[in-house]
Amino acid sequence: MIARIAFALAVVLIVAVSIGPLGYAVVTSLETGSALFTPGLWPDAPTVANYAAVFAEQPFARNILNSILVAGGVVVLSLALAVTAAYALARVEFRGRGLLLGTVLSVSMFPQVAVLSGMFLLIRSLGLYNSLPGLGLSYLMLTLPFTVWMLTTFVRQIPKDLEEAAIMDGAGPLTIIGRVFLPVLWPALVSTGLLAFIVAWNEFLFALTFTLTAETRTVPVAIALISGASAHELPWGRIMAASVIVTVPMVVLVLVFQRWIVSGLTAGAVKG
Amino acid sequence: MIAPMALVLLCVAAWPLGRTIWLGFTDASLAGAGDAAFIGWENYYAVFGGQAFGVLADPQWWRSVGNTLVFTVASVSLETVLGVLVALVLHQRFPGRAWVRAAVLVPWAIPTVVSAKMWAWMLNDQFGVVNAALEGMGLIDAPLAWTADPLLSMVAVIGVDVWKTTPFMALLVLAALEMLPRDIYEAARVDGIHPVRVFFRVTLPLIRPALVVAIVFRTLDALRVFDLVYVLTANSPATMTMSVYARRELIDFQSAGTGSAAATLVFLIIALAAALILTAGRLRGREAGP
Repeated sequence: MIARIAFALAVVLIVAVSIGPLGYAVVTSLETGSALFTPGLWPDAPTVANYAAVFAEQPFARNILNSILVAGGVVVLSLALAVTAAYALARVEFRGRGLLLGTVLSVSMFPQVAVLSGMFLLIRSLGLYNSLPGLGLSYLMLTLPFTVWMLTTFVRQIPKDLEEAAIMDGAGPLTIIGRVFLPVLWPALVSTGLLAFIVAWNEFLFALTFTLTAETRTVPVAIALISGASAHELPWGRIMAASVIVTVPMVVLVLVFQRWIVSGLTAGAVKG
Repeated sequence: MIAPMALVLLCVAAWPLGRTIWLGFTDASLAGAGDAAFIGWENYYAVFGGQAFGVLADPQWWRSVGNTLVFTVASVSLETVLGVLVALVLHQRFPGRAWVRAAVLVPWAIPTVVSAKMWAWMLNDQFGVVNAALEGMGLIDAPLAWTADPLLSMVAVIGVDVWKTTPFMALLVLAALEMLPRDIYEAARVDGIHPVRVFFRVTLPLIRPALVVAIVFRTLDALRVFDLVYVLTANSPATMTMSVYARRELIDFQSAGTGSAAATLVFLIIALAAALILTAGRLRGREAGP
């Protein structure tokens, strides 16, 4: 009986610690004025004034659109590049295949700051400084290695008879990818794509460095740079409102696609 | 088939890395990097008029290295222990288990910048809910300066990182637990072996490979930490990590040369850590092999 109560308490504690901070952010975002500065677990006079202020005082809608465009573009590009590469890496025998896969994986260990100055020069020389395509380009370094790795793992799990039948019928590689693999591979594409989307959506260092104006900022930078009248007077209500706006869709996305994400993470880590 | 992917990676990973390493040997500034001159090792270490200059002579660089190591060791060990505990709880069958599992994923789903801001607010010295709760419970007499005090700010950074990344650990461990055959546990239960003993003798050795992979991923990730530290404590020397140091040199001080030299050192340290871990893993694998 004691063991059961202790177990139940552990479960309650885990849930409280996991979702408590987000809950408190929601409470804060609904408060203004002096209510904000009296720590309490429930808003006394809930108001959406902070939510209105987030959009009124800075181009936050534009920031959200920027994040969606960059993350979406990065997902499409990474998946397109990774699917073709994964097919070859998983199916075609050639010398140095293991070395190539290892090199690709090692890129995912690169500290971002190590490429920061080089990437800055690259983006500037392409005329893409302070633009969304420039940012998207830099994100490929973060998403390509693990999308290639994960999709290669998934393609290896597909039985060979499938494409052997297609080869017998005279299909080329692109037809095989499009007609044979993609239909079987779509759950893998969903989980890989989601992880790539989350990486791009959350990225901060590149976004902070490669954008300059409020109109090209993505959401994480916009939130980090919200400031008040003075440095010591941060508008916490507005910051929390902005945080809730960008977090809730992420949480919903992750919860809806829970199974896919977990299978993707474990395919990338455990089986690799 | 591989060429497009390889070409893109060459352009966005290998080339910028090479450029960074090169810039570390020049006196470039990012504003006009075109006309940079080669100056050898001066960004790393040089002596002018009896005084040492360069990244390696900067006490703050070594403090950043120390901070990074403390952060990495503390947060990865705490995450591992807590992650395994959470995974063991989630592995049990109980009503509402699916919901609890979903709840555990929430911190992982929150963008790092947002979680740093959320915790900065909760840890606020005057109006934060954490100080209010601690005072209410009578644990502290006066509010603590969580993000300003040198020691406490490190505790805060580690705490928030543990909160944010324990779900990742728990998920990977849970996936490993679910692949274990249930009959071993039946046998242990029938024999009346204490559950704690079963965990250390049976479960832990079986999930070890998955656990090691998770720890390696988290260690390499923690060594390059940037977002959390930068948003929670800005450029504070007490919590400054290697990545924060390199960015400050590069952007805030506009010194592409020393910044790139520091960035190169970060890369080398992480590559070295990865090589050490891989070699250790391989040696161990050989011992355990047939």
